[in-house]
Amino acid sequence: MIGLPALYAVAGVVFAGWALTTLLDGQHTKRLAGAAFWALLAAEFLVGDALGDTGNGVLLLALVALALLGAPGKGHPATTSVAERRASAAAHGNRLFLPALIMPTVALAGTFAFPMLPWLVDPRQVTLVSLGLGAIIAAAVLMLWLRPPAAAPLQEGRRLAEGVGWAMLLPQTLASLGAVFTVAGVGDIVGSLAPLAIAEGSRLAAVVAFTGGMAIFTIMMGNAFAAFPVMMGGIGLPVLVFGLGGNPVVVGAVGMLAGFCGTLLSPMAANFNIVPAALLELPDRYAVIRAQWPTAVLLWLFNTAMIWGFAFR
Amino acid sequence: MIALPSLWPLAGIAIVVIGFAVRANPLAVVVAAAFGSGLGAGLSVPEVVAALGKAFHQNSYVSVPWLALPVIGLMERAGLQEQAAALIARTKSATTSRILLIYLGFRQITAALGLTQIAGHAQTVRPLLAPMAEAAAERDNPSISQDGRNSVKAMAAATDNVGIFFGEDIFLAIASILLIKGFLESAGIIVQPLQLSVWAIPTAIAAFAVHGGRLWRMRP
Repeated sequence: MIGLPALYAVAGVVFAGWALTTLLDGQHTKRLAGAAFWALLAAEFLVGDALGDTGNGVLLLALVALALLGAPGKGHPATTSVAERRASAAAHGNRLFLPALIMPTVALAGTFAFPMLPWLVDPRQVTLVSLGLGAIIAAAVLMLWLRPPAAAPLQEGRRLAEGVGWAMLLPQTLASLGAVFTVAGVGDIVGSLAPLAIAEGSRLAAVVAFTGGMAIFTIMMGNAFAAFPVMMGGIGLPVLVFGLGGNPVVVGAVGMLAGFCGTLLSPMAANFNIVPAALLELPDRYAVIRAQWPTAVLLWLFNTAMIWGFAFR
Repeated sequence: MIALPSLWPLAGIAIVVIGFAVRANPLAVVVAAAFGSGLGAGLSVPEVVAALGKAFHQNSYVSVPWLALPVIGLMERAGLQEQAAALIARTKSATTSRILLIYLGFRQITAALGLTQIAGHAQTVRPLLAPMAEAAAERDNPSISQDGRNSVKAMAAATDNVGIFFGEDIFLAIASILLIKGFLESAGIIVQPLQLSVWAIPTAIAAFAVHGGRLWRMRP
């Protein structure tokens, strides 16, 4: 059955390839630190099961230490010049858009087909397996069609990965922080403190405390899913639903969306806010959040008004 | 008065807030926050390291989408960004505002149908959307500054986020709807996913109006 182990093996091989090509890149600014960074990440994916909790923890600390030393750095992965790209674009025209459709198409087909093939693909990992399969098929098609050098997938991947830099690790590390917060009981404490913020008897104040709490706790945790049980358990159910007779469907559904407004403002939501700034080579790490904040604030007001106006009818 | 719990486990949140405010390296901030909250809750240093390592390994799947990078790189090597920009440069009606508006609608509608994985920052924004929006801005304002280009690119990424966030909750089987349903169920309130997802529609329309209005007024 194809599931996470197969995907981790492929990812581990790609990261190991980046370690090797970094080591062989004579013009690299952080050759040894960069190679060690990718090698450790490859180890995490290839032999992480055997390292144990403490081993994986030490590996993460080593990765962060290397990142502080400037890893993965920037090298000179072999690629094409701007002139060569313009010539290639002129020669191939709009057919160049077709490979860009392979990954979405495979993701779409896999999402529908794989659940019917539980003996072939782990039903819990359909989305990720489709994504990995799409990447492999698209890379194969591009190699056969355009005939670049054999190392091109590794070198081009490394070029983009070096552009993103240590931010690549951020989503996985933040997910780990969420787990440590759970162990430490952070959510329970916030949930027990949240009702203290509400003025006695005012419906609007209670709604604002709930949607505001959803947004602020989501900004701190980077994830509305982490904030929802805390705020719904702390304010939503006891105060809005059981206390003031609000409709739990409206409070729950719109409350989650108020949390999404917080995601748009959170540097902790690295996948959505920090990684894209790196991918697009923007000098300001918070440029995407700056572009989003007016939308986020207006939609938070809208969601607050929705609960206030429709949950108590 | 209710008894207040110990507040020391919140040290991690304080470290996160201060760390991001002073723009320290986010990886270091995150690790420091884990130690702050872990030690605050009475764990020992080796216990925090083990808890971090366990969670880091369990969350490896979060990094699997980086497998798309070699594919994106191969397409860029063949001139995909240049072709996207050339196509826009000769399509005068495709302004930055219109390109981003169409993408916003496309992303909201496909996400509402559950197709969240067909687009994204690596798959569509970097190779297609950002170069197209930038090429349109450059065509309509040849003297555009580097700051102006960067704000167009940032808005392209923002548009992807707004589109997926305020589209996906209309889909019945998305994780957030199932989380709400499960949470209410554990409190003895039985609701159907459809009841929840219809309440995502007003905010989806508001998101298109608010963000779309901002895109419409963009003058790069």
